[in-house]
Amino acid sequence: MQVPAPFAYERATSVEHAIALLGELGPEARVVAGGHSLIPMMKLRLARPDALVDINGLGAELAQIRVDGDELVIGSLARHADLLGSAVAGEHFPIFHDAEKVIADPVVRNFGTVGGSLCQADPAEDLAAVFAALDGVATVRGPAGVRQVRVRELHVGPYETVLAPDELMLELRVAIRPGGGSAYEKVERRVGDYPVAAAGAVIWLDGDTVRDVGIGLTAVGAAHFAAPEAEAALRGQPATEESFRAAAQLAAEHCNPSADQRGPVDYKRHLAAELTTRALRRAAARARGQEA
Amino acid sequence: MTTVEERPHTGFGRTLRKEDVRLVRGKGNYVDDVRLPGMLHGALLRSPYAHAKINSIDTSAAEAHPKVLAVITGETLKGLGLAWMPTLSYDVQAVLATDKVRYQGQEVAFVIAEDHYSARDAVELIEVDYEPLPVVADAKKAMDADAPVIRDDKEGQTNNHIFDWESGDQAETDAVFANAEVVVAEDILYPRVHPAPLETCGSVADMDPVTGKLTLYTTSQAPHAHRTVYALVAGLPEHKIRVIAPDIGGGFGNKVGIYPGYVMSIVGSIVTGKPVKWVEDRAEHLMSTAFARDYHMRGEIAATKDGKILGLRVKVLADHGAFNATAQPTKFPAGFFHVFTGSYDLQAAHCTVTGVYTNKAPGGVAYACSFRITEAVYLVERMVDVLAYELKADPAELRMKNLIQPEQFPYTTKTGWEYDSGDYPKALQLAMDMAGYDELRKEQAEKRERGELMGIGVAFFTEAVGAGPRKHMDILGLGMADGAELRIHPTGKAVLRISVKTQGQGHETTFAQIVGNELGLPTADIDVVHGDTDQTPFGLGTYGSRSTPVSGAATALVARKIRDKARIVASAMLEVSPDDLEWEGNRWQVKGDPEQGKTIQEIAMAAHSSLELPEGVEGHLDATTVYNPPNLTYPFGAYICVVDVDKGTGGVKVRRFIAVDDCGVRINPMIVEGQVHGGLADGVGMALMQVIAFDEEGNHLGASFMDYLLPTSLECPSWELGETVTPSPHHPIGAKGVGESATVGSPCAVVNAVLDAIKPYGVRHADMPLTPAAVWGAMNGRPIRTDLAIP
Repeated sequence: MQVPAPFAYERATSVEHAIALLGELGPEARVVAGGHSLIPMMKLRLARPDALVDINGLGAELAQIRVDGDELVIGSLARHADLLGSAVAGEHFPIFHDAEKVIADPVVRNFGTVGGSLCQADPAEDLAAVFAALDGVATVRGPAGVRQVRVRELHVGPYETVLAPDELMLELRVAIRPGGGSAYEKVERRVGDYPVAAAGAVIWLDGDTVRDVGIGLTAVGAAHFAAPEAEAALRGQPATEESFRAAAQLAAEHCNPSADQRGPVDYKRHLAAELTTRALRRAAARARGQEA
Repeated sequence: MTTVEERPHTGFGRTLRKEDVRLVRGKGNYVDDVRLPGMLHGALLRSPYAHAKINSIDTSAAEAHPKVLAVITGETLKGLGLAWMPTLSYDVQAVLATDKVRYQGQEVAFVIAEDHYSARDAVELIEVDYEPLPVVADAKKAMDADAPVIRDDKEGQTNNHIFDWESGDQAETDAVFANAEVVVAEDILYPRVHPAPLETCGSVADMDPVTGKLTLYTTSQAPHAHRTVYALVAGLPEHKIRVIAPDIGGGFGNKVGIYPGYVMSIVGSIVTGKPVKWVEDRAEHLMSTAFARDYHMRGEIAATKDGKILGLRVKVLADHGAFNATAQPTKFPAGFFHVFTGSYDLQAAHCTVTGVYTNKAPGGVAYACSFRITEAVYLVERMVDVLAYELKADPAELRMKNLIQPEQFPYTTKTGWEYDSGDYPKALQLAMDMAGYDELRKEQAEKRERGELMGIGVAFFTEAVGAGPRKHMDILGLGMADGAELRIHPTGKAVLRISVKTQGQGHETTFAQIVGNELGLPTADIDVVHGDTDQTPFGLGTYGSRSTPVSGAATALVARKIRDKARIVASAMLEVSPDDLEWEGNRWQVKGDPEQGKTIQEIAMAAHSSLELPEGVEGHLDATTVYNPPNLTYPFGAYICVVDVDKGTGGVKVRRFIAVDDCGVRINPMIVEGQVHGGLADGVGMALMQVIAFDEEGNHLGASFMDYLLPTSLECPSWELGETVTPSPHHPIGAKGVGESATVGSPCAVVNAVLDAIKPYGVRHADMPLTPAAVWGAMNGRPIRTDLAIP
């Protein structure tokens, strides 16, 4: 059995308490929520936090999924299974259900959290691409108070975010705008595997014209999990297969995949284009009300 | 559907597994469940390098850990003469490295501590000064002139060559090829895979310092063989060693050999005078224990233009890792690879196998391979499809045309093996009928018109199991016969003691059914004892699908001995001559007088009573036997797989899988089907996702279940099973064994299906695993070498 190196353990009783604990325990302390990434890394001794601050008791404060005005709000402690089961999230953004269906397996989804996924900042994380496509905003709280961070500005690099060691992600907000559709497409070697590549798209149509679009990519080295060049090229264009392919090609050109046992670089780049096309196609169909 | 009878179950047929009463309630007892008073915990330090000289090892910080009792290195063992141990292939393997490390994950030091956490913490405190050496990660470069010599510990070893082996008639084969109308060649890799049982390996060693008796609880598929090897290696008297293999969570050949960790738990117990537990973690297991395959094959097939297969010629480069530790009978360095002639009536066949050392973990024979038959079947079944591709022939028709015919049995192959029985065309026809083969081909043609990729893969296999006849087969000099002891208690309940060891196969049920079938006793009344060398007769254990063919035969025969003895007792009870009695399923009765008879239960009580027995009959109702099989048994089957391939991503979906198995007489069809299900899932895994790959520094790229992928139910279709029954003519109950059939036969069916799907892209062959990337690469003319890091 793999066992972690020694560490201290504290259970937070409130958001304030969690932030205070993180301050006291210092930069080598880590927040544990679902623990489905952190604990395996600790057991492999790839991660060696001095202390864990367990926030699983803060569900009442941090696990809500609701509509607030014209925004969808997802608590950072919402489990993947909660998001997958949320009718309100699925109604406004089918991309959440598309993605959650292919994230890990039911056991992980029952415990892993939305905020944990984003803060883990794994370069192959699905929800990072989803929130990048949706241009979601994270509410983050530290000792000095609350601030907003665009998900597109959250990640600094692999396993690194802009959060200070004593900051806690509270929730994520996504603007609800009419006329939109969204979708997520992923290729994996096996159910539960990290993606070989995946793409998410959200699109708003004015008739047959693309009013606005968001494209997220994961596991292919796209900066901030986004494809701004492709988005810019597609805005104002007709919502046709041809323009989707052209935009997807741009997305593929601007990503920077690395070779590993999931595939060589050219294949991953090909997938970035293929999956972006498919996601755009399905998102547009949904925007037209053609597909559930 | 499985149905369960409500009346007491006797004999063959579907019945719930007796062992499941404990296993499904979490009441199994595995090695890691063993907790002895005062037990200590061991952990191994392993090499981060694939090839490096050890300059020095500093254990002082680890020894200073407050909960550490001892730290043992190779130097310590050297003093005891235990630094090296024999392998099952007459090589030696380092228990703990002394001179250098030869693969990543090799055992370097052993820490014994009061608890598992402390042992792990202290392992990190050991400092080793390594001097990295050039690495041989690619078997194809092992024999290069400038390749570093991995086994410089062996006197006279100047390269990485282990053995050359051949089978068949080379001159005859060359002649057939020279005159053939069609000759096709293909390079085919069966990549390194790992059996990956969910329970990793481990042991608890308990050396009693007073009696000098060692009790070893261990994950062993072959407890008796292990006991003898420990006696030979450690010089412990064999009667002072008791090996107990408790419940085992999967073996698949991975738990046949002896690993350094087992030996270190024993050394640790001797050193500390207390029981020592060692259980490896998943990464250790995948990195260091017996892998499977790693066969680099070049196949050639000769045929006539109209598709009559004439001959096969094969050259294999076998990667055995850093120590030659493959587990197979002594005279068979390439296992039973002779069976590469497959299920076809050939004019000639020849193969050569060259074994080489590389800087990788040792092993080779594991993962339900029936001693390299997986590789052989994969090779021939791929080559038949390669021929079909060249001849533009239908792969099912081509097979049908070339199968050995029923009247040809017993059939002697061109490599000298005598297939015992079979009706191959019947099995293939049944599979085709179940699949709706012609309809599938029509559907495929329509889809191709539309640009959709659908594939139909056919594979036919012949297995060779039940090793084996002792004049041909031994492991380290131990003949491959198995004993059985049967004791009927006075009240007619029975205890059967067998030498083989279940790892999930259901021996406690099926072996009770064999006894019940012979004696008319309810299955529930027969207890099966196994996995404890102090309580069971000698035998070589469970692997190579040998339990039913060998130990199952021993069980039937020992029950028949009891039946014969019971006849004499019954004759005394009924005061008639034994010749006047006939056996009626569960009792001896007087011929022509069904009113007069005695059941085994009645006879058992009488045999233990004051009844006066005929002269020479000792009383009680016990018997023992040893079964030496006259030949192997040859199960076979026809498999058809249907896949859909996403041409934009290369993703493969297995839509259907039809498996017709003939394993002779089925003792418990439910258990047979369960074993087939597992083997088919293995095949999907190997064909589509499993590989232990290495980078050029010899770093292992599959040391977790995130990197080494096991298929889930979502990758597996709802299996469609069929059966034909051709009894083995030489087995007492006509059974042939089935444990590995599906693992042997299924990978090729899946691969043939995927390649059939992408045939429009001009692809004749691509290597496993056919991940989306590999399929896309093949479609785009850029195949990848799947056993090495993807560049």
